[in-house]
Amino acid sequence: MGEKIATRAAYGKAIVDLAEQYPELVVLDADLASATMTNGFMKAYPQRFFDMGIAECNMVGVAAGLAACGKKPFANSFAMFTAGRAFEQVRNSVGYPHLNVKVVGSHGGLSVGEDGATHQCCEDFATMRSIPGMVVCCPCDGNEMTAAVKALLDYEGPAYLRLGRLAVDTVTDTIPGYKFELGKGVTLRDGKDVTVIAVGLMVQEALKAAELLAGEGVDVRVIDMHTVKPLDTALVLKAAEETGCIVTSEEHNVIGGLGEAVCACVSGGCPVPVLRHGVEDTFGRSGKAPQVLEHYGLTAEGIATKVRQALKLKK
Amino acid sequence: MEATKVQKLRLTAAKLRSLAMEEVHTAASGHIGGSLSVADILTVLYFEAMKVDPKDPKNPDRDRLVLSKGHTTPALYAALALRGYFPQEELKLFRSIKGHFSGHPDMVHVPGVDMSTGSLGQGISAAVGMAVAGKLDKKDYRVYTVLGDGEIEEGQVWEAAMAAAKYGLDNLTAIVDVNGLQIDGQTADVMPSEPLDKKFEAFNWNVIKVDGHDVAAIAEALEKAKTLKGKPTAILAKTVKGKGVSFMENDAGWHGKAPNDEQYEKAKAELDAAIKELEVQ
Repeated sequence: MGEKIATRAAYGKAIVDLAEQYPELVVLDADLASATMTNGFMKAYPQRFFDMGIAECNMVGVAAGLAACGKKPFANSFAMFTAGRAFEQVRNSVGYPHLNVKVVGSHGGLSVGEDGATHQCCEDFATMRSIPGMVVCCPCDGNEMTAAVKALLDYEGPAYLRLGRLAVDTVTDTIPGYKFELGKGVTLRDGKDVTVIAVGLMVQEALKAAELLAGEGVDVRVIDMHTVKPLDTALVLKAAEETGCIVTSEEHNVIGGLGEAVCACVSGGCPVPVLRHGVEDTFGRSGKAPQVLEHYGLTAEGIATKVRQALKLKK
Repeated sequence: MEATKVQKLRLTAAKLRSLAMEEVHTAASGHIGGSLSVADILTVLYFEAMKVDPKDPKNPDRDRLVLSKGHTTPALYAALALRGYFPQEELKLFRSIKGHFSGHPDMVHVPGVDMSTGSLGQGISAAVGMAVAGKLDKKDYRVYTVLGDGEIEEGQVWEAAMAAAKYGLDNLTAIVDVNGLQIDGQTADVMPSEPLDKKFEAFNWNVIKVDGHDVAAIAEALEKAKTLKGKPTAILAKTVKGKGVSFMENDAGWHGKAPNDEQYEKAKAELDAAIKELEVQ
C-alpha cells in the first residue's frame, strides 16, 4: 500500500504538472483555492487562474464561455456549491451545449467533517449523473486522481470530478497492469462469492471489508468504480453473473448515486440481489471526519454487514 | 452615420420584425413582445457593429453575441437568416419538432448562435468567459451580450458584472433592452431595478444610455464602447415592448403569446407597411 494522500492534493499537483503539456488548461475557483488545492496552480500560472469570488453560478457560466473559445476550464469549489448550488448552470450552460468544462467538486460526501450538513454534499453524483452526456468521476486515491486529471484533459466534453478531503491510502499503485480509463472500472481484488462495487474513499474500506470477510471464509471481489457515469456495465454484469450478488458502497446518498446506477444495470441485464451501502437518505452532522463516517456506518464493518445480508439473499 | 446607411438599417430591422412575427404565428408559440423591442439592437449588431462572416460562423477571431435574454429567438433567428447564416425558408421550423430551431438559442444546431442560452442570467457569464478568453489569447474580437431589464433581477447577472469589472473587460459590451415590462407586469412593480445606470456604474462599468429604436444612436454607442478602455460598457437601450405593432406596444400580455390569425393579419399589415414605407425612401 502506497502513501497516504488526499485526492484533492493529488489533483492540485496534477493540474500544475500538466499545465505545460496542456496550454489550454485554465483553472477557476470560488474563493476556496487553499481548500480545493488549486492554490499551487494559482501561484505557478497566475495568468491562467481566475478567482471568481464567492459566486459559483457565475463561475460555471464563465467556464462555459472559456470552453466555447477553446479553453479547457476546470471550475472548482466544494461539491455542495458546484454540483449543488450551480446545478442549473452546469445543466444549461455546460451540459446542454456539451461544452468542454470540467466541473470539480471538492470535499464531497460526509468527510467534510466539522463543517456539518450544509457543506457535506451527498447528492452530487445524483445531480451530475442526471444531466445528459455528463461524465461523473470520483477517483479513490492519489494515484488514480493523477491519471483521471490527464484523462479528463484528453476528453472533450462536460465532466464532473469529485475530490475528497481526507488523506487516504494509495491502493491502485500496486495493481498489476493498472490503467486508468474513463468509464472502465478496475477489479482490485478477485473473488467468487460476492462483489463489492465501491467509489471514492469507500474503495479502501471495501478492501478492508474483503479482508475481514476472508476470515469468515467469504471470497469477495472488489471493484473500484471510479467512473459513476458512464457506468462500466460490462464489468458490473460480469460480476453479477460470476458472483451472484453485489453490494455497492459510496460516500453518497443511497438515492441517485452509484448504487442506483448498478441496480438499473443489473435489473435489466442480470437480475441478482444488489444491496446499497451509503448514506441512508439523511443529512450529515458535525464531527471529526472519521467519527462522522463511523456514525453513519461508512466503514469496512458497515460494508461487511451489507455483504452478509446480500449473501443471504443470494440464490 | 450617413442617411442611406441609417435607412438601410431601419429597413433591415423592419424586415426582421416581420419575419419574427411570421415565426411566432407559424409556430403558434414564442416571445414576440421582447423580439420586437430588441429588433433594432440586433439589427445594428449583426449588420453594422459585429465582425462576423456567415460563411465561417466558427471563426475563432469573430466577434461574438450572447443573447442572454434567450427567449427572443424569433428576433435572433430572423437576424441570422437575414444575415445569411441559413435560408429564410428554415424559419418555418421555429419551435417545430421537425427542425432544430429551439424555443431558446442552441449553439450546437443553429449556425451563428454563439452560446446556448434561455435560462435567464446565465448568458452574461458565458460572455464574460469569452471576453476573458479573448484577453488571454490577446485577440481583438469583441463580445456582446444582450440582456432584458427583467432578466437583470437574476443575481447571477451581478456576479458576472463584478467579474467583468475585476478583469477590466473592455472587450465586452452588455446591451440592456429596457422595455420596462416582464411577464407579471411592469418591471417597476414586479421588482424595481432602477436606477440601472447607477447600479452598473457602482459595479465599475461604463454606462451609455440610448434610444433602443434609434439605429444610428445604437451604432454610435457601440462604437463609443470600443474606445472606452479598462472597463466593460453597459448600454442601456430604452425600448418599447411590442414595438411596431400598435396593439402589442407596452402590453405585458404579449410577452410570450402568439397572435391568432386575425391578430396576425393586422400585425403583419402594420409591419409590412413599415417595410414599404422604408423601401420607397
